[in-house]
Amino acid sequence: MAVPGRLFAALGENVASVQSDQVHMQASLKTIQAATHVVHELRSPNGSVVREYVSPAGTVFAVAWQGPWLPDMRRLLGSHFDEYERAMQAQNGGRVGRRPIRVELPGLVVQTTGHPRAFAGHAFVPEMMPQGVKAEDIR
Amino acid sequence: MNRARVFLILGMCGLAMLAVGCGGGSSAKSNTVVTPSSGQNVAAVAVNGGPLGNYANGLFVSVTVCVPARSTCQTIPNVLVDTGSTGLRILGSALTISLTQQNGTGGQPIAECLPFLSGFTWGPVQSADIQIAGEKASAVPIQVISEATFAVPNGCKSFGVQGMDTLDTLGANGLLGVGLFAQDCGPACAQSGAANPGLYYACPSSGCQVTAEALGQQVQNPVAMFASDNNGVIIELPAVSGAEVSLSGSLVFGIGTQSNNSMGGATVYTVDQFGNITTNYKGQAYSQSFLDSGSNGYFFLDSSTSGIPDCGTGANGFYCPASTDNLSATNSGANGASGTVNFSVGNALSLFTQNDSVFEDLGGPGMNAFDWGLPFFYGRNVFTAIEGKSTPGGTGPYWAY
Repeated sequence: MAVPGRLFAALGENVASVQSDQVHMQASLKTIQAATHVVHELRSPNGSVVREYVSPAGTVFAVAWQGPWLPDMRRLLGSHFDEYERAMQAQNGGRVGRRPIRVELPGLVVQTTGHPRAFAGHAFVPEMMPQGVKAEDIR
Repeated sequence: MNRARVFLILGMCGLAMLAVGCGGGSSAKSNTVVTPSSGQNVAAVAVNGGPLGNYANGLFVSVTVCVPARSTCQTIPNVLVDTGSTGLRILGSALTISLTQQNGTGGQPIAECLPFLSGFTWGPVQSADIQIAGEKASAVPIQVISEATFAVPNGCKSFGVQGMDTLDTLGANGLLGVGLFAQDCGPACAQSGAANPGLYYACPSSGCQVTAEALGQQVQNPVAMFASDNNGVIIELPAVSGAEVSLSGSLVFGIGTQSNNSMGGATVYTVDQFGNITTNYKGQAYSQSFLDSGSNGYFFLDSSTSGIPDCGTGANGFYCPASTDNLSATNSGANGASGTVNFSVGNALSLFTQNDSVFEDLGGPGMNAFDWGLPFFYGRNVFTAIEGKSTPGGTGPYWAY
């Protein structure tokens, strides 16, 4: 049974939320063991893949996504979503143009690339990344 | 070949060098010669600052929309030409005529949320006759971008990007998506249940709910609905050295359907099911790469892997090398075709201090992929073939250049 308030896996939350996330996405779950962490890979029926990177202490320190459309960022970023939105708004102004998303804050990095029918991105909390894990490993 | 033109390019390069350093990489850039096109299948396009004058590397065209089967028409200027998406989207605030609302099987009006990297477009799906140059398509489902008609649903806000329903946020009066696909969403949106990505909504007065939208009702690639010249487009723009105020070129409809749209020596790069090719750069393969006239620079990797510094404040999302970086990559299609691309990345902060809108060497971070934006199109004829359509280069979808 799902624990109230733990319905969604999100960046910075505990691994206990990942199983609930599987229910939300109606996804299939695969677990991949790495040297410094565990990756929970969720595949949903609409072709989207979300990978949640979990530390030995059970904390989701990074998430990556790939699919035809953008994921539910509010759910993936959890308590970080509001600062992410504020940072996006703060980038307005100057030259107009269409380009990938890059938000880099002291406690949060979010990048997204792609186009309609093929998006990919990742988010992580830099100080929570295990030693030796680099941004480009989160994919 | 053309000695006078070579001297002209060198001359301009020298002038540009005084201000920002000369962009390299253009020498080996083109394998097809750009020649001015004319004909009923050719629309004039321009790269300039757009309707607000602050767009960088924006490619604009005029599109005429009409109430279906009526002579009530409006020509909308400054519509961004986007090979990275599919379908015509017009700002509701730019429309002075009332198009025909599309209703679902239950009679409720249909609306759509389409996510892009730069923001989402939300608003009703309506039907219009479309004319561009001498080409016409009847009763085309398009999107009217408006957050005032129906409230933006939470599912749309959860994409984590902002709404682009004003001239300020869109930077254009609309988007003309002339990409690889015939519909903007495709079969997934026609399904019910968990496999539906939730882009189309039925909007009774009680509020909008996700709905299944049949393929033919979805927002369509207008080119695929033209009576002829409907298998794809060519974007033809001259080469640029450094930065310029504006640039003129052609959006040509049809591939190998007329004397003015043959493929010449262009190489076909077929795409995967998502519309991507592979770019190889410094020994790494990036399989989620793509060509996109709607992206305004070369976007690739991030600062730590490319070694090129980010600009930060003043030019967020762009690279700012101390001096122009001349780089090389290899694109390969799913069909095994491959070719080298030389490109340059200059200092965006320096570029933006000038009163220019056309930048040959504008670049920025783009994660583990190469987004070949509008600068890639300068000095190349780039063909975009629509899925399922027959062309002299094979059946779409593919890119060729």
